[in-house]
This record gives sequence, C-alpha cells and structure tokens, in this order.
Amino acid sequence: MSQIFAEGLVCPLDKNNVDTDQIIPKQFLTSVSRDGFAEALFYDWRYLANETPNPDFVLNAPQYKGASILLTRANFGCGSSREHAPWAIQQYGFNVVIAESFADIFFNNSINNGMLLISLSASNIEFLFSRCQQGTQEWKIDLAGQQIILGNNAAVGFQIDPDIKQRLLSGLDFIGASEQFSPQISSYETQRANNQPWLG
Amino acid sequence: MMAKTLYQKIYQSHVVAAVNGSTDLLFVDRHLIHEVTSPQAFAGLRQAGRTVRRPDLTYATMDHNVSTQLRSIDAAGETSRKQLEALAANCKEFNVPLLDLLHPDQGIVHVIGPELGLTQPGMIIVCGDSHTSTHGAFGAIAFGIGTSEVEHVLATQTLQQQVAKTLKVEVTGSLSPFVTPKDVIMAVIGQLGTAGGNGYVAEFCGSAIRGMSMEGRMTLCNMSIEMGAKAGLIAPDEVTFSYLKGKPHAPQAEHWDAAVSYWQSLYSDADAVFDKTVTIAAESIRPQVTWGTNPEQVIAVDQPIPSPESFSDLIKADAARRALTYMGIEAGQKLTDLKVDVVFIGSCTNSRIEDLRQAAAVVQGKQVASGVRALIVPGSGQVKRQAEAEGLADIFKASGFEWREPGCSMCLGMNDDRVEAGQRCASTSNRNFEGRQGRGSRTHLVSPAMAAAAAIAGRFVDISSFESVGGNNQ
Repeated sequence: MSQIFAEGLVCPLDKNNVDTDQIIPKQFLTSVSRDGFAEALFYDWRYLANETPNPDFVLNAPQYKGASILLTRANFGCGSSREHAPWAIQQYGFNVVIAESFADIFFNNSINNGMLLISLSASNIEFLFSRCQQGTQEWKIDLAGQQIILGNNAAVGFQIDPDIKQRLLSGLDFIGASEQFSPQISSYETQRANNQPWLG
Repeated sequence: MMAKTLYQKIYQSHVVAAVNGSTDLLFVDRHLIHEVTSPQAFAGLRQAGRTVRRPDLTYATMDHNVSTQLRSIDAAGETSRKQLEALAANCKEFNVPLLDLLHPDQGIVHVIGPELGLTQPGMIIVCGDSHTSTHGAFGAIAFGIGTSEVEHVLATQTLQQQVAKTLKVEVTGSLSPFVTPKDVIMAVIGQLGTAGGNGYVAEFCGSAIRGMSMEGRMTLCNMSIEMGAKAGLIAPDEVTFSYLKGKPHAPQAEHWDAAVSYWQSLYSDADAVFDKTVTIAAESIRPQVTWGTNPEQVIAVDQPIPSPESFSDLIKADAARRALTYMGIEAGQKLTDLKVDVVFIGSCTNSRIEDLRQAAAVVQGKQVASGVRALIVPGSGQVKRQAEAEGLADIFKASGFEWREPGCSMCLGMNDDRVEAGQRCASTSNRNFEGRQGRGSRTHLVSPAMAAAAAIAGRFVDISSFESVGGNNQ
C-alpha cells in the first residue's frame, strides 16, 4: 500500500539544536489567533536588522522558494513550548520536517497540527544532506509505507509510532477521541474524590 | 510486585483508560494557564461548542507580557493589552479563577503554584509553558504542553500520553560554599547536553539534592527541560511537607495526615531500574557560567572559553564557532575579563525569596558598577512583599538596582524589559538562546549570587573569591 502524505521541494537547514525562539521570536507571540505566522518563521535569521531579507539564509535562496519539506539535524524545536513554532512552519508551507531528533514538546505540538516529523539516524541525515548538495531535491513521503522516496528508485525508510501514524492517516480529532472516554473520566473523578479528597 | 520508579508510580495512578497501543489517557490534577498560550485554546473550545470540564482544577495568572514597572494592562503595549484582556474575558466566560495584575498573589505561574500550595506531591500538573517542570520539585509529574493540548485538558481534564524513559541523576556529597542548585543543574546540562534528556523523565536524588531547600529544588527541576527532559522530579520528604503545611490550597487539617501518609509512599523503589543513570560528585561542581548560545555551552567561571577545535564532534565545533561570533568573545578568553552591561535577577528559575536573599547578601553595602543596568524582578507578589519586609528591597535599591513588580520580564523580553543588541547580560534566567532577551542580546546564565557579584564588579567574577577581587566595599 502506498499513500503519499506529502511531496515537494526540500529545504536543507544545516543546524543542530534549532530552538523555538529561532523558529518564531517572542514579539510574534502576543497574537490571540492561530493564523498569520508564516512571515514570522525564522524571523531573526530570515531578515536583517533593517527588515530586508537576509541573502545568506537558506530559506531566502531562490532555489528553495516553495519548499514543503524541511531537512535539519539534531534536537530540532528545543526550548519553549510555544505551539506558534509548528504553526509558523506549517503556515509557511512545510508539512514535513526530517531531522535526526526532535524536542518532545515540539514533536507533540506538530503532530497535533497534522504535521509529519520524521526522525532518522545521523548517517541517513548525512546522506540526505549530501543529496541536497548535489542539487535541489523533490521527494515524496509515503507515510503508509514509511519511506521517503528520493526518485530514481532510491528511498529511505523511517520508523514511526503506530498510534501517531494512525492519527495522521485518519486525521482524527484528538479531543473528540478522548471524549469517547467520558464515562471512564467520570468514574476516575469519583474515585479520586473519595480516595484523595484533598486534591480538589 | 515489580519495582517501580517514582515517575512510574505517579503515571500509573493517573491512567483513566488505555487509548490504544502504547497511549494512555491520564488525568490532570492541576492545569495552570497564562495569557500567551491559552487564547487559541479557548477559541477552539468556543468554536467546537465545548466547555471547561474542571474549572475548579484550572488556575490562571498574568505573567509573560506584563509590565514590571506599572500594574496596568496598558503598560506593555497594545498587543499585550489585548492578550491580557482576552485571558480575563476567557476566565470569566469559563469560570476559571484568575490572579490578575492587581491581585496580591499575582506572579510567575511557576512561582505562585507552589507558594499557594496548588502544587503537591503525586500530582500530574501541566501548563502551556516548558518550565512547568519546576513543579516536579514536589514529587509531581509536571510538564509543559502546547496550545492544542491546553485545549484538550480544558475540555477533558486529561491528556493522551505514552510512558517516558527514566533517567536517574544522582548528586552525591555536599555542595561547596557559593555553589548553588543553579550551578548544579547547569553542570548537569553541560555534561548531558541540551538533548541528553530527550524522551526521559529525570529523577534527581542523592545527598546534595536532599540537602536543598524547596526553592533550590525548584531551580533544579525548572531547568531539566534545558537538557530536553520531559520532566524532572524529586521524591518528596520532610522538607517538602513542611514547605506545604499551611499553604492556602494545601490539604487542610482534616486531610493533612492522610495526605502526608500518601506522599510518603512516593519514592523510587530501591531496586527500581532506570533506563539511564548519571552520577556527579557535588564537590566537583564550581560556579557555572554559560559562554555560548545554548545551555550546554557552559563552563566553570575559572575555566577559559573553549576553542571550537576542542570539540571532536564537527557539528558541535561549528556551533561553538557560531556562538563565539554571536557572543562577541574569543576562545581562551577568561570570563572574568568580560564586562557586563545588564544584570537580570528574576525568572521562574531564580526569583524566589531565597534567590533574593543570596543576591542581597552579595550586594549589601556595595554599589552597582557605573554603566551597568541592574534589575531585580521578584517572582510573585508574595516574594515581593516578603523581600520588602526583610529589608532586601532596601538593600537592592541602596545599591543601585531597579526593584520591579512581578513578571517574566527580561527572561524572554515579551514586555518592554529587553537587552539591546550587542549588550552582554548576566542573567539568572534559563535560556541563553540567540535573541532570547532581545534581538542581538548576549546572555550568560548564572546563579543569583554570581549575577549580583557581576553587577557590583561590572564584569563576571568568581563568587567564591569575590570579596578579595571584586567588592567595592564602602
């Protein structure tokens, strides 16, 4: 079974430990909306102090315009829990991020927005970066088959938690799914109030 | 029965149902919210026609955006005002108790939860803020969540979770004079790296941890997120119980004994197996200062700034090179030769009464060096009043520090407290990321005593020899 979750141009961001303050700086966090964060993505790297685009930042390179797959390195999304970070990444146009590893909160936040985050070994990440050095890349992400299709019969397989895979494939509303357990929540609450009345 | 870690005991006692595979639905005992990460969650509830299931277990405060100069929601700009107003309106609509800007107990969410007794051993506590790990100091599972999860908790009072791996961090022996819990956690992060805790819940133990006050334990757990750990926790003991006794939301007299007896069962069994164990001798830890742009780029104050070539990992070497450029420093330089422009004592890491006492002891009778801007931002209304009653505020003011109102302030510069581009700041906060305290700001993380000493000397000093090298006694 093959089902293409996403396909498109790859943008390589060759850094470790990209924190959420870099992904979206604090001045954009005062919004009360979930929308309008695309321009804020990587703001301090993307724009110079005079607010003109920084020509040295990879996202501004003409060949990566329209990219929809972000390739990066270890511990992507560390730091603050701000969900504005995956909102900005997604609203810019990336629905897939491939990295050696992700920070836990960022990972959950991204999945909760229907994004696919793929973790690969350091050697596979190195291999994918080397492909990007050869020229711009267009890849397909087969989520059901758990592989990144690089073209010309080349592919890299990936592991994913089966529960997360199912959620992404079914597009399930996770609050709705938990609400199915309402009777169990109620009985837990009763038991909790009886056994530990000090908890409130 | 199989031996369990403290984390596993608390986790299992909160399972409402198995969702599927390896995912469980866990009950949440306390949900703390603030203005920045909650508005979209309330909007989502409204849109779906949902309500807040347990407003009685939900508590809100205003902290991230607020002015620390004026107690007015207008004082930190138009967009901040809108966000603060949205929080007030949402709390009113959904019956969530709110400690607003004018409430005497308002403060940083991770300072007020414990001091009101909302934070208790054995609980699961969540908040849309990564430093929720702070509350683990009481032997609770406490962790930061995103806004979609805030909405989920508001609607169901539960979260879908999977069991994390367990990491044991044992700190043996006792700390040297002038070495604080802040130095301990920075040394741990230096050793494990910013991703060393990814996928783990860390339990801190050992005699050095047992010897810490609750304030110290909160500082330690606060920064466990800076090594990527999902949470950090410490088994509760008499120190924990006596801190909680008499707090407004702590168990009252009729339940106190039952609560304590339950809390006493909250420890890792002697033969519990951790997925990873790290042991550090407390005596080996010296006062720490970060030199780079993430918390693992840290050294003892008497060590030279490392050269990129000293890192065998090429990517770390490259990160070091970039950090040195950003920070405007060179390999081999001494930290004690670096002048500071700004000193910030505050944040959910180090804004509690004990932190302020340590800073006041250093600055008493001395003056902030000329050209240095120095701020003290107490973590809460309670901390502020206590510091004023103890005479600490007068000491700070007489020394030339600005004495502010409670809030997150310059830790992240969402309000108007910012470090200017190129300025060097000795900060008691938790993140030295590029631009964290303002675009182009250069942050060095330190303990409150080290920050206070830097303010007096106008440069970093080794607190353990401060009197002889840096104090301008009058």
